[in-house]
Amino acid sequence: MSVFIIRRLSQSALVLLIMSLLVFFGVFAIGDPIEIFIAADADQAERERAIAALGLDKPIWLQYFYFLANALGGDLGRSFVFNIPAIDLILLRLPATLELAFCAVFLSVAFGIPLGMYAGYRPDSRAAKTIMATSIAGFSLPTFWVGLMMILVFAVELGWLPASGRGELGTFLGIQSSLFTLNGLAHLALPALNLALFNISLVIRLTRAGMRENMPMDYVKFARAKGLTQRRVVFVHVMKNIMIPVVTVIGLEIGQVIAFAVVTETIFAWPGMGKLIIDSINNLDRPVIVAYLLIIVLMFIVINLVVDVLYSVLDPRVRLSDTGK
Amino acid sequence: MRFVLCRPMISIAVAAVAAVAAAFLPASARAQDLVVGLGGNVTSIDPHFHNLSPNNGVAAHVFDRLVHQDAQQRLVPGLATEWTVLDDTTWEFKLRQNVRFHDGTPFDAEDVVASLKRVAWVPNSPSSFLISTRAIAETIVVDSHTIRFRTARPAPLLPVDMSSVNIVSKRHVESPTGDFNQGRAAVGTGPFRFVDFAPGERVVLARNDNYWGPKPHWARVTLRIIANPSARTAALLAGDVQLIDQVQTADLPRLRGNQQIAIARVTSNRLIFLALDQNRDQSPFITDKQGALLPNNPLKNRRVRQALSRAINRAGIVQRVFDGEAIPAGGLLPEGFFGVSDKLKPDAFDPEAARRLLAEAGYPNGFAMTIHGPNDRYPDDEKVLQAIGPMFARVGIDTRVVTQPWATYASVSSAPTYAYSIMLFGWGAATGEVSSPLRSLLATPNRDLGTGASNRGRYSNPQVDELLARAMATVADPARARLLAEASEAAMADQGLIPLYYQINLWGMRKGLSYEPRADETTLAQFVRPAN
Repeated sequence: MSVFIIRRLSQSALVLLIMSLLVFFGVFAIGDPIEIFIAADADQAERERAIAALGLDKPIWLQYFYFLANALGGDLGRSFVFNIPAIDLILLRLPATLELAFCAVFLSVAFGIPLGMYAGYRPDSRAAKTIMATSIAGFSLPTFWVGLMMILVFAVELGWLPASGRGELGTFLGIQSSLFTLNGLAHLALPALNLALFNISLVIRLTRAGMRENMPMDYVKFARAKGLTQRRVVFVHVMKNIMIPVVTVIGLEIGQVIAFAVVTETIFAWPGMGKLIIDSINNLDRPVIVAYLLIIVLMFIVINLVVDVLYSVLDPRVRLSDTGK
Repeated sequence: MRFVLCRPMISIAVAAVAAVAAAFLPASARAQDLVVGLGGNVTSIDPHFHNLSPNNGVAAHVFDRLVHQDAQQRLVPGLATEWTVLDDTTWEFKLRQNVRFHDGTPFDAEDVVASLKRVAWVPNSPSSFLISTRAIAETIVVDSHTIRFRTARPAPLLPVDMSSVNIVSKRHVESPTGDFNQGRAAVGTGPFRFVDFAPGERVVLARNDNYWGPKPHWARVTLRIIANPSARTAALLAGDVQLIDQVQTADLPRLRGNQQIAIARVTSNRLIFLALDQNRDQSPFITDKQGALLPNNPLKNRRVRQALSRAINRAGIVQRVFDGEAIPAGGLLPEGFFGVSDKLKPDAFDPEAARRLLAEAGYPNGFAMTIHGPNDRYPDDEKVLQAIGPMFARVGIDTRVVTQPWATYASVSSAPTYAYSIMLFGWGAATGEVSSPLRSLLATPNRDLGTGASNRGRYSNPQVDELLARAMATVADPARARLLAEASEAAMADQGLIPLYYQINLWGMRKGLSYEPRADETTLAQFVRPAN
């Protein structure tokens, strides 16, 4: 298995290189960042100074070459507009995004799997039909609209929860997070639910489908014939089998909610990375865009690796091939 | 079995409800706390790093300038109590006595020298304040509280320039930007002390009880960055923040109808206009009605430019797009600013006259064109362009409207590409003078003079250039104001660009607060007070 992991990681280095090339030249093609940064009343001399100060006067291939050389030393460049190393800027935003993402994934597992299992177990009951109908809404309503409606109802009309922003931070086991204060949790509730809504629906549907598929199978009948309790059949044997697609999807969803929670973060003014990347694209802040996407690619590579390893744990038939075949 | 499956669900639901209910406890804000929702993104606390209006707004809480601008951008004393012209190329500034920095060190002329030096030094600046210090050839410290600036040429705008250069402590002349962001070097003389900065999230400030000017009402101010306008409005309605800036038009009826909300409004220093390509003989987006490039660029003809201006129903745009919250424009700056000509009125909406002018110019059947603009830069910019398209069509010019994100639009429409023919842009006069739009938008582009840097249509009129050059060499205010008025009249008579409207800056706040609205769009907590 270790050979498998090493092989995977070395392949990912190539992916990262290609990615950096695409993004670097892609951002260059969008436009000239100087027009975005510069004060409107700057004269021509000031524009030239700024272009030179940011190294944008050099040919693009040379800029890329410098970038690569620095990147090998772990330096992905400085944000043009913040003058902070791009990595630091992203890491500064990472905790906010992580707590939002993990809450969203937690909600989608905590609600999605039990509801999905129930809906699959008793597909004809009224409750199951209600669950499925609601999940369609969760799927199809646009995130930004739901987010605004949630703010309108819970923050503006009812006044129960704050409308936006991240709450106070608490410290627990040396980790600073808004998960550890009431104020922080209150701030987290709406954005996490907003972000989770789609995923809850997705997990419900996957779990239900798995349930429906597995319940009539021979191994279930066999287990019952063997005299196992219904509880053990459903929660041990069936559950294991339906978990494989669910784990895959949840793994990818973790990546999705970390990397692209842009809409939710924007509506709730949540100071996470999704907000950062959108601002950076609007500013053509190339070092941040490149660094961000490289980190995201890396994250997806790691998540996929973890998912592959989890497969083999969940399903002994899956073997991670050391030969790469 | 059913219960077995349901039990975890129920317990989870109960736990969730309990957790949320516990969190409902309202955070009781202290009476002297103010939370503001800002639309602009603050990128740094270093007042010399990035000449960007949200940054300048935050800096104005922590730092002072020699000269301040009041809400209407008139100059008022800041760290300098008075300034005089000794001769055409020498300005003398008398500095305020008994002012101390937040760290207790006294302020004197050496701090001014250090700040000017730092402006030129600050590394990696994407947009520096050199444009405000360039006029100074030599700085002479006469005594600890008198400083003189020698300029190479007469520099009537030097006091205005000094109103944008923040004064930092001489101890931090070589502190990098990071030291300011972390607070070590964010030591000014301003009404608030710096407490904390989380990029993209918030800036926290505390009152400077030793401030030399009127003390702010608020012991603690949090400036929260909420870029999305709907989220900003929601935060105000929910009471998360007590004041927001850049209220969007769509939210106005809602806010106006709310008893808990008050609105502050003032005419902005920002003009929205159409720039016209008057340089090329063939302009890339001006064609005949079959789509073939016209052999001659009609925008070079004054009559065509005037026809376009008369084809626009400015009052209609103001009413329909902005719900009345804009002012039809006929000049470069609204009335009341320095150098504004009172003769410039908005062109009347007159499609017949526009047709006649087009016919006289040799285009009785019109032509076809594409007009370009941003869709994320100015309030309702895209809607405005969509409204203008049919107005041009009505006088016989087939018009297509294309809008783009600012990131693409701003660079492609500028030097050296100049990709478009007719472009929607805005111009805020940071100096509060007509010289600002005249120099940047209408003067002939000239690198050595630093003129016409944003003149995307490359309009060029020797008469305007000459009047402007004379104005910029005239130190006496009344004479300069007259020359600037004449220059803008000349440019408008020639329709160098098509002014559309002046924006109105809007702030929303909880009842019980008052804010003196500022023409320059900035939000300054020291001017937020409890309403009487």
